[in-house]
Amino acid sequence: MYTQGLDQRPADGATKAGDDPAALAAFQARVDREEKIEPNDWMPQGYRRTLVRQISQHAHSEIVGMLPEGNWITRAPSLRRKMILLAKVQDEGGHGLYLYSAAETLGVPRAEMVDQLLAGKAKYSSIFNYPTLTWADIGAIGWLVDGAAIMNQVPLCRCSYGPYARAMIRICREESFHQRQGYELMLKLAQGTSEQKRMAQDALDRWWWPSLMMFGPSDRESIHSSQNMAWKIKRVSNDELRQKFVDATVPQGHYLGLTFPDPELRFDEASGHWTHGPIDWSEFNRILAGDGPCNRERMAARRKAHADGAWVREAAAAFAAKRARRQRAEAAE
Amino acid sequence: MSGGARFEYLLRLGDSCLVLGHRVSEWCGHAPELEEDIALANVALDLTGQADLLLGEAARTEGRGRDADALAFLRDAWDFRNLLICERPNGDFAHTIVRQFLFDAWQVELYAALTGSGDSALAGIAGKAVKEAEYHLRHSGEWVVRLGDGTAESRTRAQAALDALWPYTGEMFETDETSAALAAAHVAPDPESLRPGWTRIVDSILGEATLTKPQAGWMQTGGFNGRHSEALGHMLATMQFLPRAYPGAKW
Repeated sequence: MYTQGLDQRPADGATKAGDDPAALAAFQARVDREEKIEPNDWMPQGYRRTLVRQISQHAHSEIVGMLPEGNWITRAPSLRRKMILLAKVQDEGGHGLYLYSAAETLGVPRAEMVDQLLAGKAKYSSIFNYPTLTWADIGAIGWLVDGAAIMNQVPLCRCSYGPYARAMIRICREESFHQRQGYELMLKLAQGTSEQKRMAQDALDRWWWPSLMMFGPSDRESIHSSQNMAWKIKRVSNDELRQKFVDATVPQGHYLGLTFPDPELRFDEASGHWTHGPIDWSEFNRILAGDGPCNRERMAARRKAHADGAWVREAAAAFAAKRARRQRAEAAE
Repeated sequence: MSGGARFEYLLRLGDSCLVLGHRVSEWCGHAPELEEDIALANVALDLTGQADLLLGEAARTEGRGRDADALAFLRDAWDFRNLLICERPNGDFAHTIVRQFLFDAWQVELYAALTGSGDSALAGIAGKAVKEAEYHLRHSGEWVVRLGDGTAESRTRAQAALDALWPYTGEMFETDETSAALAAAHVAPDPESLRPGWTRIVDSILGEATLTKPQAGWMQTGGFNGRHSEALGHMLATMQFLPRAYPGAKW
C-alpha cells in the first residue's frame, strides 16, 4: 500500500539553522549525480525529517491496511481465495516491517513511530478509512488501491535515500502481484451471476474516487513538492501519476464491463489521455482530518491490539532478560 | 480397507487444519506485535493449504463430484470431523499459543509417521506438510517457554490456557474402527503410537516453561463423530456465508 501524507503538512525548510550551506551544496550535488544517500551519510535536517515522516506514514498505512482486508479473511469464499488473501495481508505486514526498519536507519525507533500512530499524531493513507462492505471490495482494493500504490511507488524505487529505495523495489514486486490478483478477482465477479456483477459495480462505485484521491492534491495545490523533487524523494508529480493511473485503469474497467462513477470521464483524442471530472477534495480533507467512515474504528482496533498485547511484549522482554542473565552466569562458571 | 475409512480419515486431518487455520486467521491485524501478525498469518496460510490438499484428496476418494471447496463450505457442523481443540475460541494470546503448541506437537508426530505411509498420496502430502508443522512447533514452543517463564502475569495466563485446553488433547490419540482399519492397511499410524513422541515434546517444553502439566483426567470427545462444541456453528456461519448466500456462484 502507500502513503499520500507527504503533501499534507507544512514544508520542512531545506536550510533551517544548523545546516551548513557548503554541506548542503555537496549533498545536493550527490543527489544530482544520482548517488544513493546511506544512513551514515550527512544529510540536511529537513531531508531526514521528511523521510522519517514519509516512510513511517507508509509503514503505518501498511499496518492499518491490514484491517479492511483482514475483515474478509474469515469470509473468503473458497480455499484458494482465502490463501491468496492471507498471503496478501501477510505481505502487507512484511512491508510494514521493512519500512519501519528503513525509517529506523534514520534514527527513530519503531516503538516511537508506533506510539505516534496510536496517539493520533501520525497519518496513514486515508483510503483505509473506507469500509470493506462486500467481497468485491477485496478485488477493488487489489485492482485500484494497489494499482494506485504501484504508480506511486515505482518512482520511489529510484528515491535518493538508499534503504527506502531498496525496500520499495521488493515491495513493488509484491504489490504488482496483488494488483493482478485483485483484477482477477474482479474479472471472476464480472463473468459471474447478476449478483456478483452488482457487487463488482458497487465496489467500483465506492472505490474509484477515493483511489484517485490517493495521489494527493493537484500539483497546483501541493505545498512542497519542489523541495522533495530536488531531493529526489519525490520524482513524479501527483497529477502525472494520477493521469497514468487513470489511463491504465479505465480500459481495464471497461474490459470488465463496469461503468465508472464519473459522467465526465472521456477519452481525449488530442492528448491521448482519459480525462476525468473534478475530484471532491472536501471529502479527502474531511477524512484526512479524522472524519471518515472508519477512522475511529481503525484507530480503536490498532490501540486495542497494542493494549491487549502489552503483557505479551512484557513477557518476551522479561524472558529475554532472564535468559541473558542465565547465559552470563553460565559463562562465568 | 474401505474407501469410506480413508475418506473419514482425510476429513479428520483436513477439517482439523481448516478449522484451526480459520481460528488463527482471526488474529490477522490484531496480534500483540507486528512480527506475530506475520507469523500467525503464515501459520494460518500453511494450515489452509494443508486443508486444501487433504480435503481435495478426501473429495477424490469420495468420488461424488464434490471438491475441497464443497467439503469446506457446504457441509454443516455435524459432518465436520476436526479435533475439538481446533475449534476452541482464540481467547487471549496464551490460549492461542498453547492450543497451537499442543496441536503442532501432535501434527509433527503424525506427519512424520505418515511420510512412511503405504498410501502414496497421503505420504506425499505429509512430506510437504511435516516441514511446515516443524516450523510451527518451533514458533509455538518458543512462545510457550517465553510466556511460562516470562512475567507472573504471562505465567498465570499460560497455565490457565494449558489447564483449559488439556482435556481436548485426549482426542488426538483416540482409536476407533476407522483408525484401526487404516493402521491395519499401513495407511496411517495407530493414533496411540503417537503419544510417546507427543508427550516427550510437551514435557520438554512445559519443563522449560516452568509450567505444570495438568493431571490426566476426563477428556473431551466427539469431533470424529461430528459432535462439536457450540463454537463451530458460529465459525461455519462466518466461513460459509458467501457460498451459502449465493449458491452456485464461482469465485
